[in-house]
Amino acid sequence: MNVAPLADFLEASVRNATPLLLAALGETVSERSGVINVGLEGAIIAGCLAGLAAATTVGPEAGLLAAGLAGIAMAVIFAVVAIGLAADQIITGTAITMLGLGITSTLYRVLYGDAGAALSAPTLAALPIPGLERIPVIGHALFRQPLPTYLAALLVPAVWWWMYRTRAGLALRATGENPAAALSSGVSPRRVQALAVLFGGLCGGLAGGTLVLAQVGTFAEGMSAGRGFVAIAIVALGRWNPVGAALAALLFGMASALQFLFQALSLDIPYQIFLALPYILTLLALALAGGRYAAPAALGVRPQAAM
Amino acid sequence: MSRVIRAIAEPVSAGVLSLGMLAALLAVSGYPVGEALAALWRGAFGSWSVLASGTLVRATPLLFAGLAVSVAFRAGILNIGAEGQLLMGATAAAAVAVTLPASAGVVGLLLALVAGVLAGGAWASVAGVLRQRFGVLEVISTIMLNVVALHVTGLLVRGPLQEPTRTFPQSALLDAALRLPRLLPGTRLHAGVAVAVVCALGLAWFLRTTAPGFRLRMTGANPRAAASAGRIDVARVSLLAFVASGALAGLGGAVEVTGVTFALYENLSPGYGYTAIAVALLARLNPVSAIGSALVFGALEAGASAMQRDAQVPAGMVGVVEAGVILVLVASEWVGRRAGRGGPLNRGGTPRSDPAGPSDTEPPSPTSAPQLSAT
Repeated sequence: MNVAPLADFLEASVRNATPLLLAALGETVSERSGVINVGLEGAIIAGCLAGLAAATTVGPEAGLLAAGLAGIAMAVIFAVVAIGLAADQIITGTAITMLGLGITSTLYRVLYGDAGAALSAPTLAALPIPGLERIPVIGHALFRQPLPTYLAALLVPAVWWWMYRTRAGLALRATGENPAAALSSGVSPRRVQALAVLFGGLCGGLAGGTLVLAQVGTFAEGMSAGRGFVAIAIVALGRWNPVGAALAALLFGMASALQFLFQALSLDIPYQIFLALPYILTLLALALAGGRYAAPAALGVRPQAAM
Repeated sequence: MSRVIRAIAEPVSAGVLSLGMLAALLAVSGYPVGEALAALWRGAFGSWSVLASGTLVRATPLLFAGLAVSVAFRAGILNIGAEGQLLMGATAAAAVAVTLPASAGVVGLLLALVAGVLAGGAWASVAGVLRQRFGVLEVISTIMLNVVALHVTGLLVRGPLQEPTRTFPQSALLDAALRLPRLLPGTRLHAGVAVAVVCALGLAWFLRTTAPGFRLRMTGANPRAAASAGRIDVARVSLLAFVASGALAGLGGAVEVTGVTFALYENLSPGYGYTAIAVALLARLNPVSAIGSALVFGALEAGASAMQRDAQVPAGMVGVVEAGVILVLVASEWVGRRAGRGGPLNRGGTPRSDPAGPSDTEPPSPTSAPQLSAT
C-alpha cells in the first residue's frame, strides 16, 4: 500500500495546526485569567506583516521576533481599553481585529506600494531531527518541521506545568474563577489579566509570523483568514487546558488538510466544502463538547472599579 | 427635543472625530492631507448624484446590518454574524430572483426580499440554537457561520447559481422587472434606502412601545430579573431576537442584490456586517440614531473609494478609523461611568455599579447560558 498520501496528510495537518496551536495556547492563558480577547485575529495579522517586514530586511528569525512584538503591541491596546478602562471585552476585541486588518492593509500599501503582491520573504527552513525524521508515515509530520512547530510543541507542557504547578499559575486560575477572592488573597486581578493578555498577544503574533515565515512566504491582506476566531473556538474545544488545546488544534489541522488527501485520492468534491469543513466541524465539536461547564467562571466579566 | 439634538449631535461629533483620526493617519503615513480629504469630500458629498449614488447607497446595507446588530445587542446577544446573515439573505434573494420568470414582476421582487429575510433569520437561528441548547458562545459561532456563508455562496455561484456562460463565479443578472425601482433618475439610489429607514422607525416603535419589545429590552438588561420578576421566557425571547437580528441583516443582503449589484457574487459585502457594529454602537443601539450613524460610515466608505482613486490612499485606512471610533466610544463610556452617568453601551440602562455584582448586567457568559436554557 502506498502510504505517501497519508504521510503528506499528516505533515499538512501538523503544519496547519501550528499557528492555531500557538494562538490557542496564548488565548488559553488569557481566558483562564477571565479575559476573552476576540482581538486575537488582529494580533495574528499584525504578526504576519511585522514578520514579513523584518524577514525581508534582517532575516526570518528576526521576522519571528518582530511578529511576536507586533502581537504584543496589539494586546497592549486591548489591555488598556478592556482591562484598564474595563470596557466590554467582546466589543473592544472586535475593534482590535478591525484595527489590525485595517492597519496592516494600509501599511502594506504604504511600505510596498500597490504592486507588492510579488514580494516574498525568506522562510524558516525545516529542521529535521536526525534519525527520527525517517520513521515511516509520521516521521516528516513530527520531526521535519520548522522552528515554530517545535516551539509550539514545547510550549504545551510548559504552559501546562506553569498553569497547574506554580504559584503564578494558581493566581492566574484564581483570577479567572473569582477575581474578588484573588484580590483578597493579595493578587491584583488587573495585573494578572494584563500580563495574561500580553502573553496571548505574543503567541498570536508568533502565530502570524509562523503563517508568513514557515508557510506562505508572503503577505496578503486579511491572510489571517479567521484563524484568531478558530483559535478561540479551539480554546473552548480544549476545555481551557493547554493539552486539550493541542489536541483540538491537531483535529482542526487535520480537517483543513483533508483537501490534500482527497485531491490525492482524486475524488471530485467542490473545494469550497473543504474550506468550510473545519468551521462546520468546529461548530459541531463545540456543541458536542458542551464547553460551558469548563469555562472560567469570571470569563468576560468586567472588573469592578476597585480592582 | 433634547433627544433630537443628541441624535444629530452624536453622529456629527463622531464624523468630526473620524475625520480628525483620518487626517492624523494620513499625515503620519506621508499622504497629502488636504488633497486626500478633498477627494473624500468629493466622493461623499461632492454633488447630489455622488451623495445619492455613493453615500446613500453605501449607507443602506450599513443601516440594515446596524439595526440587526442593535436589536441583538439590546437583547444581550453579541451577534457578530451580520456579515454572514447578510450574505445568506443576498444568496436566497438571488436564487429566487433568477429562478422566477420576468413576468413575476413586483410579486417576484417581494418574494425575493422575503426569501432574504427568511434566509438571514434561519442563518442566525443556527447560532441561537447552538447557544441555548449547547451553550456555544454566539461570538464564536456567528463568526464561524460568517466563514461558512462565504463558502456556501462561493459554491453556489460556481455551481447551481452560476451565470449561463459558466465563465464567471457569479449568478445571472436579475431581470429588470425584478429589481428595486430607482428613486432618483440618473442615480443609483434605489427604493431600498426607504425600506431601511422604515425598518429603523418600525424597530424603534417596536422596542419602545410594544410588549414584546419591552420583554426584549428586559432580557438584555438583566436576564435573571426578567425571568424571575418579569416572568419572561428568556430563552424564547433570546431566540426570537437572534432571528429578528438575522432577518434584518438578510433583508439588507436581499436589498443589496435587487437594488445595487443585480447579481450574486462572493465578495458582495465589503465587510458591511463588521462596520455595522460601529454603526450600532455609535447610535447607542438606538434604531433612529442608527440612520445618522449609517450615513456617517456610508459617507466615509464612499469617500474612501474616491480617496483611493484620486489620492492613492489605501481604503483600508477607513477600517482603522472605524476601529478607532469604536475604541473611543467604549473608552468614553468609562469616562461617562466615572462622571456617574450611563455610557452608550450600558445596555438597557442598568447601572454598571450595580451592587448585585457585574455578572447580572452582563450578556450571558458561557456559565450563565445553562440557566437560560433551564427557564
